[in-house]
Amino acid sequence: MKEVHVDAAVIGGGAAGMAAALEIRKRGADVCIIERDDELGGILLQCIHNGFGLHEYREDLTGPEYAELAIRNVVESGATVFTHTTVGEISANGAARDLACYSAEHGVMRVSARAIVLAMGCRERNRGNLRIPGSRPAGVYTAGLAQRLINIEGYIPGKEIVIIGSGDIGLIMARRLQWLGCRVHAVVEIMPYPSGLTRNIVQCLNDFSIPLFLSHVVSRIHGNERVEGLDVTPISNGAPDPARQFHIPCDTVLLSVGLIPENELSKTAGISISPETNGPVVDATMMTSVDGIFATGNVLHVHDLVDNVSEESHLTGGFVADYVSGRRPASQIRIKAGSNVRYVNPSRVDPGRANRLYLRPLVVKNKAELSIRADGRQLRRLVLNHVQPSEMISVTLRERDMADVPPDSVLEISLS
Amino acid sequence: MKKDLTCISCPIGCAMTAEFQPDGSVAVTGNQCSRGAQYARDELVDPRRVVTATCRTGSSAHPRLPVRSREPCPKDLIPAILKGIYEMKVSLPVRQGDVLGTFNGVQIVATRSFEK
Repeated sequence: MKEVHVDAAVIGGGAAGMAAALEIRKRGADVCIIERDDELGGILLQCIHNGFGLHEYREDLTGPEYAELAIRNVVESGATVFTHTTVGEISANGAARDLACYSAEHGVMRVSARAIVLAMGCRERNRGNLRIPGSRPAGVYTAGLAQRLINIEGYIPGKEIVIIGSGDIGLIMARRLQWLGCRVHAVVEIMPYPSGLTRNIVQCLNDFSIPLFLSHVVSRIHGNERVEGLDVTPISNGAPDPARQFHIPCDTVLLSVGLIPENELSKTAGISISPETNGPVVDATMMTSVDGIFATGNVLHVHDLVDNVSEESHLTGGFVADYVSGRRPASQIRIKAGSNVRYVNPSRVDPGRANRLYLRPLVVKNKAELSIRADGRQLRRLVLNHVQPSEMISVTLRERDMADVPPDSVLEISLS
Repeated sequence: MKKDLTCISCPIGCAMTAEFQPDGSVAVTGNQCSRGAQYARDELVDPRRVVTATCRTGSSAHPRLPVRSREPCPKDLIPAILKGIYEMKVSLPVRQGDVLGTFNGVQIVATRSFEK
């Protein structure tokens, strides 16, 4: 059996894994990336649209262009890359951090590392999760699957489309399908506001006069062999109003109803998962509840911008390099979500340096006040022009903001 | 001529209206900043979009090559540009950035490199 010994092993060669591995290399530790697909790049390779890198590189790049930049950098840095290799199990016994892997080239393989970085990304919520009534006709896809079929494999999944959910992937696919000569009849969204970026509502729906039905649900999918249509029901006062139900004939349904961090592997290591994010609970160094195992990118919490994934993962790589050198924070202070905040990552901060915090609001608001308090005393206050649940907020808590905060305090971050 | 639109210059997403005036200038209302006013004017006078798509390669390992317009192109030219892209066949190998064709003055480039 092939045995690999390395300072750090990164599981996943997408945007997060590559950024973390690059930083670990820059800091002088050796690192391997374990990627199940036959090449690095992850989901970026099928995201052929532009809008990537606006913050990270101040350029408007497509997914593949962003990926090639990251791939070139990480390969040139000297990171070892195993493709076509799947991690079956993580064992964390005592000081050992072993990955049982299966590789097309090497067969069964064991990777022993001092630190592990979880960067497996996420998967899509599907029809089973929503329990939409109807039989099981062909023609129901998650939006990401449709994206892969079209952009990588070269298939068009159908002609007359309805999209469930106003998440970004569905919006992007609405435009893609229209540009292929298909007709997108509607986007149906259960919430009273869209869950995707405004930029995508404008360029993917408004540009094509595709109606967006907010506060509506798809109550039934019709068709036996193939989708024939679906029923749409408006929500009034929190409940479906069947009297106002209407029907849309179509042959294809795309689901864009949310992403779920892929933590099956994390669970094999006994890592604690947060119910708010569906990702691991992490401390100020992005380390999970198991010593030496770190998490970053979509596996930690679902992002909207790859630029944030890269930023978060560069930081995580630095913390991993510290860990490998034996450096740990002298102390950590707990931080939790306050009013109007769904969650904040990480769950602890290091008072000895600046800390980058990532959070999601529960409200849509202009000129929202973000406040970080310690036992009621305000440490930092910012006014944000616009917040909405579909846009992750990142903020820096500076060292000076935490001066004189007792170590057993609990910080709270809230919006008003 | 009048146009109602949502600004995409920043996350606020102001609801704006852009209207041609008798003297030929464009009046914009609803914006909260000058970037929004400029975006509204552009959308009324010369709306442009970056076009992204895939084209054939003839390769079984990589049947589709992702491509983009190098710059944003006039909205009304998009159907013709897409037609040109879908009629192309690009043999591998190809490098990211290679110019694959020009349609109605718009350059189409590869966004990925493939060996074979």
